[in-house]
Amino acid sequence: MTDQTAQNIQTTIDDNPVVLFMKGSKKMPQCGFSSAVVNALSYLEVDFKDVDVLEDGELRDGIKTFSDWPTIPQLYIKGEFVGGCDIVKEMFESGELSAYLKDKAIPHKV
Amino acid sequence: MPMEQVEIEKLIKASLPDAQIEIIDLAGDNNHFSAHVISAAFEGKSRIQQHKMVYDALGDKMGGILHALALKTSIKKD
Repeated sequence: MTDQTAQNIQTTIDDNPVVLFMKGSKKMPQCGFSSAVVNALSYLEVDFKDVDVLEDGELRDGIKTFSDWPTIPQLYIKGEFVGGCDIVKEMFESGELSAYLKDKAIPHKV
Repeated sequence: MPMEQVEIEKLIKASLPDAQIEIIDLAGDNNHFSAHVISAAFEGKSRIQQHKMVYDALGDKMGGILHALALKTSIKKD
């Protein structure tokens, strides 16, 4: 991963409270796993920045190195890696995601 | 080239010898699996760390020839 890619990722997660690195966009997810996380965030009415890794091969591999996580999607909240589809889904279903959002002062539907 | 279910179990067991593994081939194509991995080694670890332990066991297969693995981890059977 180039320093430029690492810097771009860092800037993106610093500048946006909630970032979803995904395949496709929030309006047009291109993968079931990405779509599942978009749905969870949309249900909770969380405003988030979607980053389509399919548009940049360097980013698609770089984010996996950056997070030390082998798959896409990847959710970041307040600069911290929260998880991929499985973990976010599990948190959403258990109510842990709402608690996490509240703890991080991210506006969402209660 | 998809991956055989038994190969996934072998790789996970190599890193987590005590692991109980329940795998379902979701699409019948050896490419989309769900796995529930139960191991005492997860004790005290965050969910992300637990999943990373399984991903590390699978090495470069994860995200490569193994396209999709819906993963759940537990310390002991529910």
